[in-house]
Amino acid sequence: MSVTTEIQFQAASIEGAPGHAVEGRSQWQLTWRRLRSDKVAIGSMIVILVMVALAIGAPLIAALVHHPPNMAFPNTGENAVGNPVGPGTNGFWLGTDDTGRDLMVRIFYGARISLFVGVVTTVIGTVAGVTVGMIAGYFGGIVDTVLARFTDAVLAFPYVVLALALAVVFGPSLSVIIGIISFFAWAGIARIVRGQTLSLKEKEYIEAARSLGAGPFRIMFIDILPNLLAPVLVLATLYIPAAVVFEATLSFLGLGIQPPTASWGNILAAAQPFYTVAWWYTVFPALALLITTLAFNLLGDGIRDAMDPTTERLLRARKRTKRPRGTEPLVLSDDIPGAALPPAAQ
Amino acid sequence: MTIVRFLIRRILTGIVVLWLVASGAFFLFFARPVATVARNLAGREATPAVINQVIKDLGLNQPIGVQYWHYLDRLAHFNLGHSYFTQESVNTIIRQDLPPTASVVVGGVILWLIVGLGIGILSATKARSWFDRLSTIGVLIGLSMPTFVIGEFLLLVVFVPLNQHGFHWIQDQYVGPSQGIITWMGHMILPWITLAAVQAAVYTRLMRGQLLSTLGEDYIRTARAKGLSERRVIFRHGVRSALTPVVSQLGIDMGQLLGGVVVVESVFGLGGLGQVSVQAIQTEDLPVIIGFVLVAAAFVVVANILVDLAYAMLDPRVRIS
Repeated sequence: MSVTTEIQFQAASIEGAPGHAVEGRSQWQLTWRRLRSDKVAIGSMIVILVMVALAIGAPLIAALVHHPPNMAFPNTGENAVGNPVGPGTNGFWLGTDDTGRDLMVRIFYGARISLFVGVVTTVIGTVAGVTVGMIAGYFGGIVDTVLARFTDAVLAFPYVVLALALAVVFGPSLSVIIGIISFFAWAGIARIVRGQTLSLKEKEYIEAARSLGAGPFRIMFIDILPNLLAPVLVLATLYIPAAVVFEATLSFLGLGIQPPTASWGNILAAAQPFYTVAWWYTVFPALALLITTLAFNLLGDGIRDAMDPTTERLLRARKRTKRPRGTEPLVLSDDIPGAALPPAAQ
Repeated sequence: MTIVRFLIRRILTGIVVLWLVASGAFFLFFARPVATVARNLAGREATPAVINQVIKDLGLNQPIGVQYWHYLDRLAHFNLGHSYFTQESVNTIIRQDLPPTASVVVGGVILWLIVGLGIGILSATKARSWFDRLSTIGVLIGLSMPTFVIGEFLLLVVFVPLNQHGFHWIQDQYVGPSQGIITWMGHMILPWITLAAVQAAVYTRLMRGQLLSTLGEDYIRTARAKGLSERRVIFRHGVRSALTPVVSQLGIDMGQLLGGVVVVESVFGLGGLGQVSVQAIQTEDLPVIIGFVLVAAAFVVVANILVDLAYAMLDPRVRIS
């Protein structure tokens, strides 16, 4: 940020500077420029937006096909022996489930719950994780020891087991599930934020802030936090699919979102006994889940690559220096394999 | 001598961890209204007299402090109590159901390390090749699917068609190695693949990233410059140093691994501790649940001690103390 202002200041201070003065670019602008040229990341972003639109528009779709999400159609939605009907039968585009409900409508309604759980738990987990990690890293000493040990303990605990126990004790409900998933989401973020804070707090500009009389919380939230946003954003993008998968697992074990409310997890769980007679019942919700989580994972990877271009440069340089054996010219410069470190590191 | 002191210290902290887990589980479950617990046990139709009898039999009418003391006293003697429903000793239940769980864990971990590290090393050395791209996609799919969906998918596309066509080696359910190693492996191969598919993803990415940045180090340049073969450079110099974060990740993942085991056992009907504890959770059989939680915690503690020992062996800069 400060570099940007300085460059702008210099550009403005040149007398009669031409119109094409050097323009400063912030880290976010640079990241966005790199991300924009990454086809996979942009594709993933579009997939996510479409899925969000379908989730929001679920009632519209239900109205369009005249199939409310929780209404069973025993006459048209089930075949003679009471099994689900396949895709395209009787106006059910993706077929029906075991009680004759429209599978497509339920998948879109399920998207609302699954995406909501994914996003909300990630937000809660990120805020908690950043706070804990920053406090542990900044204060150090006994505070750090206690918080870091606690974080490690949460990370090491068999969380599905504890999640199951908690779901039993408190009874499965949306808020309990959000609470459980958030409880396991913060620890990984806290660990990474702590490490980053440990190195950031030794930087000169933090010392400068301290010598200006800034208090610890001002330093943490005004000076350190903006520098943490990049890694935290990547982590958060990768936590959303993990939370969606976690919700599905809880539902599979019967402790997630309770029917008749649809979530991808409980549709898949309900489909389990029918996989030999109704493949669509398992395949379509699984596909919806896979496409969404895959898109989030690819987007997270894309953002990470865009923010940290060193890997990319490293790879490109390695490729350039690779020549068929025997044709290598004798070079005494740095241009040998392995010398392809980013300029800053050399 | 240092190793003895290290072990003693780690075992003592391990006992403290187990005590914390045991206390947490106890208060979580027993701090609930006594009548709820008893009514669940006695059934919906039970008269108040029956419920009172159940409360008395289980010692639930004693003050919570006294109950806690009895509970810790029992644990100190390695007695996990008796199931509320079958009256069977929890120690016996755990001993009976350990073999499937142990089979899944050991085989799964070996397979996932071989696959995860192997693909990771290959992708890093052939970065940007079609192999790297394909494995990246495969790994992401593994990461993006819930364990139970992968398991069901394998049942649907491997188990069902093979058995329909008269090929019966691959089976579900559990059969012990005493029935023949080959039979045992036939029953375990799908659970192993399922477990490995989810976990290997993380290791492939970690290994690829670590190895890529390690191969950019100066000492790798030196190793190449002195004329070592590429294989030697990658394995002796690159992989060894890239392996340390992988090993510490392994310690963290032990807890997650048990979660995967619970799901895998349920999908393939293996029986085992995970499936038994899921059933216990549905019937609210508290002693069995607590027994499983404690066994799981003990496993994590022991595995982490082993991981730290391996860490010290791999990285000469790390001293165990």
